Order: sequence, then structure tokens, then C-alpha cells
Amino acid sequence: MVRLVSLILFFAIWWLASLFAGPQMLPGPEKVMAVIIAQARTGELFFQVGVTLARVFVAFTLAMVGGTALGFLMGRSKLADSIGDPWLIVLLNLPALVIIVLAFIWGGLTEVAGVLAVAINKLPNTIVTVREGARSLDPRLDEMAKVYGLPRWKSLRHVILPQLAPYIAAAARSGLSLVWKIVLIVELLGRPNGVGFEIGTAFQLFDVTRILAYALAFVIVILAIETVVVQPIERRASRWRSKAA
Amino acid sequence: MNDARPAGEAKQLEVHIERKAFAAASGGRLDVLRDIAFTLKRGEVAAFVGPSGCGKTTLLRIIADLDKDFEGNVRRADSISLAMVFQEPRLLPWRTVEQNVRLVAPDLSNQALASLLKELDLDAHRRHFPAELSLGLARRVSLARALAVKPDLLLLDEPFVSLDQALAARLRMQLSRLMRDLYLTTLLVSHDLEEVARLADRVFLLSPRPARIIAEIPLATPRDARSDREIVTMRTEVAKQIAEFAPPLIP
Ligand SMILES: Nc1ncnc2c1ncn2[C@@H]1O[C@H](COP(=O)(O)OP(=O)(O)OP(=O)(O)O)[C@@H](O)[C@H]1O
Ligand SMILES: [Mg+2]
Repeated sequence: MVRLVSLILFFAIWWLASLFAGPQMLPGPEKVMAVIIAQARTGELFFQVGVTLARVFVAFTLAMVGGTALGFLMGRSKLADSIGDPWLIVLLNLPALVIIVLAFIWGGLTEVAGVLAVAINKLPNTIVTVREGARSLDPRLDEMAKVYGLPRWKSLRHVILPQLAPYIAAAARSGLSLVWKIVLIVELLGRPNGVGFEIGTAFQLFDVTRILAYALAFVIVILAIETVVVQPIERRASRWRSKAA
Repeated sequence: MNDARPAGEAKQLEVHIERKAFAAASGGRLDVLRDIAFTLKRGEVAAFVGPSGCGKTTLLRIIADLDKDFEGNVRRADSISLAMVFQEPRLLPWRTVEQNVRLVAPDLSNQALASLLKELDLDAHRRHFPAELSLGLARRVSLARALAVKPDLLLLDEPFVSLDQALAARLRMQLSRLMRDLYLTTLLVSHDLEEVARLADRVFLLSPRPARIIAEIPLATPRDARSDREIVTMRTEVAKQIAEFAPPLIP
């Protein structure tokens, strides 16, 4: 209910602002909506959003799987931590743009280079978060698993992963938004399609309505994923926490 | 469950710990165990009694192979299966009572699981998560988990502490029956002399830290055959010995 009011307020402010700024600088919500519908009719919108989503999905998965494995390793092994830490600091401080440009120079203007550049941008953040989780694993539960001779995969699945789950979820949450922002830059710089490419074209034509149309459409898709996929998974995973806590 | 008790009295556990020390945070070493040696035969129940902080939990952890940093050696019979009731319950918070037990005993039949939970008065809590249990209930689940694996060697670290007298007495009886039926070799750490007198075949008294065995008291009458009078006699006997070796430590 509060969310709905807040959403209506957002559109009201947008509409008012568009009256002051004029349709060139800031077209009103109704104009943007009209463009979204028109683009959806031709199928263009679905294609571009679909292409971008596919890149987001692949890059996100790569960064999450790689980052979880590396973060777990670094959290558990002192040696791995000492070896990996300098690399991590470099990666964390390297601007996204540098990684993208270098990836395109070394890998060519290819799909693989683009997606990898995005994944590498997200990777250090996942590593840091999961490493934190791996460091706070409860050694007493480890001992329990050991005494009862639980097979390695079983203790990984039932003892370790549930403890890491909140950290992985936090990384995934911030990851989804970070990854889609970077995918757009990659598309702008070196891909011939996708939402980022469309926005780049619209920028050259100074077509603000179209920029907003694509941005809004994609935000809606991401919001839908967040509420339909991410939140239910989180709820399910935290079922065991007592209600009061 | 089988009753083919080998009369050969195979040694289930041989312990020779010469010395166990921890590195103290302030530097130097903290001696915890000294010259602890004993053997356990199959089906035997040994109780360890000693003052708080003397090293009982440390001893159990060494026997469970959780701590390898000590001088001496511990020999367990080949391919022995182990279960331990830790001083705290150590349940997995994201699994229900039933799932916690199931995790360590995947081969247990549904029927056996049901009867075990019933035995420990847990059947009403099968689907509860550990956060929904009282400490006493959680301790019972931890005990159920240990019994579910039908271990060759059972390690109990003060299993009934923090339960009320009546409940502790009832659980003691159930445990005693299960120990007999499953013919469990058991190492019991306890402060409760009543518990010791009812459950153990032999009692080892430990000195304050660094712990060494100061006395071994065999309780001759078979566990099941002890009358209440004998239990009282045994308790007094153990208490007397404690008083003799460590006067300031008796309750
Ligand atoms: N990891 C450790 N590092 C340093 N010292 C330790 C460690 N674990 C235990 N100690 C010390 O070793 C001694 C024995 O501890 P232990 O837990 O075995 O005692 P306990 O006999 O089980 O006591 P309680 O009856 O209170 O459970 C204590 O003085 C404790 O401070
Ligand atoms: Mg202890």
C-alpha cells in the first residue's frame, strides 16, 4: 500500500517536472509509455530487452559461481587468501570502464569479451562478501559433521551452504543491479544490439523519450525478477528462522 | 541391535595420552591433560568425573579425533562408527528435528526413527526447527541423533545437565535401556553422581587441571541389576573417594 502511494508520487513528480522542463528535455510519463507500447508492438523492445537480459544472466551467473568458489576458498585457506588478496584489491579498484575497454582491445568487439568484462567487474564484490561468510562459518557445526562422518558433498550441501546462503543472497542482490548497469555500458561501447546500444543511438539523435522508454522498460523487468524470483527464494531460504527474530 | 555379544571382549578403545597442552593467549603453555591411560571393551560404559575446567571436554575431543595435537596415542577399533553428544546441542538450525536426525542416519527406517523419537518424547516436535525448542528439548534431539547412528562408540558430554530432576531421571532410564539394547560402548562425562552410579560400569576420577586419573572405581553389580540401595551405596562410595583425593572439590 505504502509502496503504491510512493510509486504514484514518483510519477506525479515526473509529470510535474516535465511541465517545467519541456518535452525536449524531459517528456512526461504518458509520452514515454506511448513509445514503450509502440516499440513493443514492433517487437523491437522485446528483442533488445531480451538480448540485454541474456547478457545480464550469463555474466551474473559467471560472477556468482566463480566469486562464490573463490570467496569460499579464500575464506577457508590462509594461503589462498594471501595469494588472492592483492589481486582482489587491484580488481576492486580498477574502474569498470578500464576493464571493459581492455577486454574489447584484447578480446576484440566480441560477445565473449563483453560478457567476461561484466563478470570480472562483479567478481571481486562477490568474492569479498562470500569470503566474509566463509570466515564466519561455525566450527562447532563442522566438528559435528566430522564426528558423524558426513560425506564431503553432504556437509557442503547441508552444513556449509546454508550458512553461506545469506552472504550469497546479499551478493546476488547487489549483483543484479550492478551487472545490468555495466552490461549497458558494454553494449554502448561495443555491441550492435541490446538496451545499451539503443540508448546510445537515441543519445546521438537526442531522443530523450526513447532513452527513458528503454530504461523504464528494463527497470520494470528487473523489478519483476526481483519480486517474482529473488524474494520468494529468500523467503524460502529463511523459513527456519523463528518468526520473532 | 544384535545380541551376539563377543565373549572375546575385543578392545574397542585404547587411550594413552601422555600430555595435552594448549598455547595460552598470554604466551606459554597451559597443561590440560597428563598421563591418561585406559581401555574400553565392547559394551562397556566408563564415566569420567572431575572438577569444571579440568579437561573432560578436551579428552572427549581427542578421542573423537577432533583434536590431533597431543602427545600419546588413541587407538580405536577398525572402521568404528562414532557419535557424540556435545556439551551444547549443535543442531543445524535450518533443519527440523526429524531432518537433523535423518542427516546423520540416512539408512534408519521410518519406523525406527519414529520409535526413537517417541522414546525420547520428541514425537510432538518432529517438524519443529531448533529455534523453536527449549534447551532441554534440543539436548534430547542431540541425544536422539547420536543414538540414531547406532554407534560403536558413544561419547556423552554432560548430556542431562539443565534438565529437571524428574525428566533427567526418566531420560536416564531410557538411555540406560538403549545402551543395553544396542550394546553401546560409552564414555560419559558427568557431574551427577546419581547418573554415574546408574549408568556406568567403571568410574574414573580426574584431578583438577592438568587432569590425571586419580582413581578408578569399578561398579561391580551389572547396570540393570542394581537396586536403589546399591545405587545409594555406590554414590556414597564415589563421593567418598572424591573427598579423599580432592577435599575442597566435593559439592
Ligand atoms: N581451544 C582452547 N585453547 C586454549 N585453552 C583451552 C581451549 N579449550 C579448552 N581450554 C582450556 O582447557 C581447560 C580444559 O577445558 P575443557 O573444556 O576440557 O574443560 P571441562 O573439564 O570440559 O570443563 P567443564 O566441566 O566446565 O565443561 C580449561 O582450562 C580451558 O580454559
Ligand atoms: Mg566440558
